Amino acid sequence: MELQINGEGVEVGDAISVSELLKVQEVKMPDMVSVELNGGIIQRDTFDTTVLADGDKIEFMYFMGGGSRRSAD
Amino acid sequence: MNLSEEQIERYSRHIILSEVGGKGQEKLLASKVLLVGAGGLGSPVGLYLAAAGIGTIGVIDGDVVDMTNLQRQVLHSTADLGRPKVESAKATMTGINPDVEVKTYYELLKADNALDIIKDYDFIVDGMDNFAGKFLLADACHMAGKAYSHAGILRFDGQTMTVDPGKSACYRCVFNAPPPAGSGPTCSQAGVLGVLPGVIGSIQATEAVKYLLGIGDCLMDRLLVYNALTMTFRNVNLKKNSSCALCGENPTITELKDAEQAVCDLKA
Repeated sequence: MELQINGEGVEVGDAISVSELLKVQEVKMPDMVSVELNGGIIQRDTFDTTVLADGDKIEFMYFMGGGSRRSAD
Repeated sequence: MNLSEEQIERYSRHIILSEVGGKGQEKLLASKVLLVGAGGLGSPVGLYLAAAGIGTIGVIDGDVVDMTNLQRQVLHSTADLGRPKVESAKATMTGINPDVEVKTYYELLKADNALDIIKDYDFIVDGMDNFAGKFLLADACHMAGKAYSHAGILRFDGQTMTVDPGKSACYRCVFNAPPPAGSGPTCSQAGVLGVLPGVIGSIQATEAVKYLLGIGDCLMDRLLVYNALTMTFRNVNLKKNSSCALCGENPTITELKDAEQAVCDLKA
């Protein structure tokens, strides 16, 4: 089946979960990514149980810091 | 407020814009914006907001200027090494525009000072690198009902979103909670292209000016994602998350807490 990941078509096996997709896509630091499925954020504790379907639109959004080092503690 | 002759000249390229005009410029001169962080992101924001004539600009940062900052933190110069960033930022910004009052806070944003500091401002700009600070600021802005611009940068990637608390998706709607410590490399390990915060910070400054003037469409319910290598921008559409611990249906975050200091970045 084909998924749209960050706007690009990606071919993956059937009945894949979000957790499996993160592995297949070689996301090295899955703790550092937030996942949106068809326009809604999915909770991290459902990554294992959320199974994707053909045509699903997925956005991986990465945690990014940057800026000033000591402006908060 | 009536613009002086000198102000009419200084801001003439704003005033000539029908979306700004004399009234809009007066509004900017009466506005107050807080920069949280005077580093890579805060630098272009501070430069452009000062030049734009934002009447009061607060700058909070507990750091001093370090040699490694100068590759991208353009508010500071070589002569400022060792100087508190807030002092150096104030000197640069008032040098650009003496109309601007710069209030400095040489301290860290914390749970016990955040609400007191942000209450005086109309718009807040997140220029911090650490997740504890970013989440603290998002929580404080929600509780105080203050709109803010979030941004993050790493290597060649950047992202930014604007949040109108209670109305648009917030930082926690998307990112929930700080990642576990040690999940990613630190900023200093991962590196950052020097001009990257220039691009993203300039967008944050644009958002601040638009928000204050009430013009155009801000980056609400949108995460703008930028990659410098492919030179592409993408909009990721967002919506409020009903499970959000801060602004969802059953919020669990009702007071500010200092989180553990988390590492500053990411990515796969």
